[in-house]
Amino acid sequence: MALTALLAASGHGSGFWNNRQIRGILAQALVMGLLGVLLFFVVTNTIHNLEARNIATGFWFLSQPAGFEIQLTLIPYSAESTHGRVFVVGLLNTLFISVIGCVLATILGFFLGVLRLSGNWLLSNIIYWYVEFTRNVPLLLQIIFWYTIFLKLPHIRDSMEFGGTIYLNNRGVFAPAPILDEAFDFVLLALALAIAAVWILRRWSRKRQEATGQTFPVGLVGLAILVLLPVVVFYAAGSPMEWQHPARTRFSLRGGLQISPEFMAMLLALTLYTAAFISEIVRAGILSVHKGQREAAAALGLRPSWTMKLIVVPQAMRVIIPPLASQYMNLTKNSSLGFAIGFGELMAVFGGISLNQTGQAIECMAIVMVTYLIISLAISLFMNWYNAHVKLIER
Amino acid sequence: MTDQMHSPSTWTPKPDRPPPVALTGALGWMRENLFSSWLNAFLTVASIYLLYSVIPPLVDWAFLSAVWEGASRDDCLEASGACWPIIAVRWKQLIYGFYPEVEYWRPILAFGLLIIALYFGLYDKAPGRKYGLWYVCIFPFVAYILLYGGVGGLEYVESARWGGLLLTLALGVTGIAFSIPFGIVLALGRRSELPVISMLCTIFIEFIRGVPLITLLFFGNVMLPLFLPEGMNIDNYLRVAVVVCFFASAYMAEVIRGGLQAIPTGQYEAAAALGLGYWRMMAFIILPQALRVSIPGIVNTSIGLYKDTTLVSLVALFDLFGMGRAINADAKWAALEIEIYTFIAMIFFISCFAMSRYSLWLEQRLARGEQR
Repeated sequence: MALTALLAASGHGSGFWNNRQIRGILAQALVMGLLGVLLFFVVTNTIHNLEARNIATGFWFLSQPAGFEIQLTLIPYSAESTHGRVFVVGLLNTLFISVIGCVLATILGFFLGVLRLSGNWLLSNIIYWYVEFTRNVPLLLQIIFWYTIFLKLPHIRDSMEFGGTIYLNNRGVFAPAPILDEAFDFVLLALALAIAAVWILRRWSRKRQEATGQTFPVGLVGLAILVLLPVVVFYAAGSPMEWQHPARTRFSLRGGLQISPEFMAMLLALTLYTAAFISEIVRAGILSVHKGQREAAAALGLRPSWTMKLIVVPQAMRVIIPPLASQYMNLTKNSSLGFAIGFGELMAVFGGISLNQTGQAIECMAIVMVTYLIISLAISLFMNWYNAHVKLIER
Repeated sequence: MTDQMHSPSTWTPKPDRPPPVALTGALGWMRENLFSSWLNAFLTVASIYLLYSVIPPLVDWAFLSAVWEGASRDDCLEASGACWPIIAVRWKQLIYGFYPEVEYWRPILAFGLLIIALYFGLYDKAPGRKYGLWYVCIFPFVAYILLYGGVGGLEYVESARWGGLLLTLALGVTGIAFSIPFGIVLALGRRSELPVISMLCTIFIEFIRGVPLITLLFFGNVMLPLFLPEGMNIDNYLRVAVVVCFFASAYMAEVIRGGLQAIPTGQYEAAAALGLGYWRMMAFIILPQALRVSIPGIVNTSIGLYKDTTLVSLVALFDLFGMGRAINADAKWAALEIEIYTFIAMIFFISCFAMSRYSLWLEQRLARGEQR
């Protein structure tokens, strides 16, 4: 806006051709025209090519039976299910691994970032080399490396055993599966109540602090509520959950929760890779808080733990959040590399198998791309909202 | 009395007493950096344990128990360590792919030219850099002519025979070389005040950044042939190179846009006051400063792109990683994936680590300029 005014003032010559506005309109018309020609070219070619290859366009194939199995399904699915259902299964798997990956990578990343600054020479060097090595080797290589390692584990007959409950073999990880009773709903209800209670407590304590200056140990009390309420309800409802342990049979393992090597490789690689980036972001965020801030807090008589909680972390978070959001976005997009090892996420099952079986390349790829775009957009919208929420309000 | 007061003092201070032994030297350093508190001491012990449980087995596998020479898989059967002869047998394919062996001098020459281009492009105190930069600009074309051949008596080597590190470098360098100018255009376009142009650039950038590279590669592979007139076939390498170039440009554009935003309004105003129009303002005042600020970001994006070239192995190109996977399929050398992947990982690590160190060095030097 300012630039237009500036340039208009500096314009030389006065003819029709030198009028900036007219020139701008002409340039835009030219670009639109070129784009239109390109679009026309592409569309006519595509229609012609599709006719020549006898491919019918449209989304009718979504209601056709898929005819293939998927290993990990969060909703009921069988080979008779439709391609539309394949899409939903793939999308859920993508979201599933992305959410777990983001949570684990954040925890590990914060941990590493803080430890790197701990002042322990040995530990910060170990973390430095871990970060450099993980960041500088392609993720695809790491995924396939871990996958290879998992496939090289012993056969199911000679599973590696950890404490008699967890088994590791070339078919993945076998862990105890929780068997939930109906009464377990009460525990979930209690958890929801506890979350609501903590939220209310936090608001109340903040209001009181702003009004009177008195603080309240929200963290400790909140944690107590979060843990104790569900635990008490759990026992009051008569322990409505049992663990089903995987049991050794003659040649195999039966029961329990089986996690496939594909899932383990994806999760491990995505988490380790993203955590390396997050740890650098956290480190930069903490270092970005000026030393004077700590000194001022100390001069005001704040305890070190309060300095961290009230002065350093809130300011560091402002620096950390935007790049953290783009790491979450990257992790979600990177989950599409599950394609390489046949982990049943969106790209692998819908952009891979469904596409090959139906031949509907344009439709399948368009759906996959739009879905990823929507996920990216949703994450960035949420993060923009959060960013505005924690932004420094200058008074 | 006054005499005595003003006479030069004969008192000489004794030399300082040395600090306590525990605060200096190796002991003091350890106390400060490893055992400053109980927590710190615990972390040190835990770290030592971690190193103890990781390093010796790793060294044993990679060096002590490894087999270094052998003609086939059987020579490694007794050893518990790595089987490195596979690399010795296969390294030509890992580096050159299926490039004809008599023509190996061409990739080698191209690589030498690349080193010279990097020297002029990255080191700003190189003698004769003014002409060196022109060389950097024509280098990609020279390299392509050299690798493709077909002119001046050079044998034509179609891109289907390129592979290994050669293909990885070709894609990476092409992507980076294309994405910087095109990224500048996109960044300027996105900041343009012409609504149509700004909107188109924004849509292009956000679309490419919003979807995974693999979907774009698939797009190039399965959809581009449908978009082009019948009979017009572009080969697999070219399709992938186009996708990689556009992909890199979108990310580059955002880095450069960040640099553009860092330029204070005063610079625009001063340029306008001198009577410069839009293009001259950008070319002589704004872009030189904006690009200088964004060089670290450009290098980081380049590292990312270089690593992302491994994805082309998923659309049937044999880049360094794809070649490694193909070699695994050889029954004569079965089950040596870990050795091959380790070798490839080391190549990537060394080159990417070098680039990231360069970016760090540059950042520190730029910061020094700002602090003055």
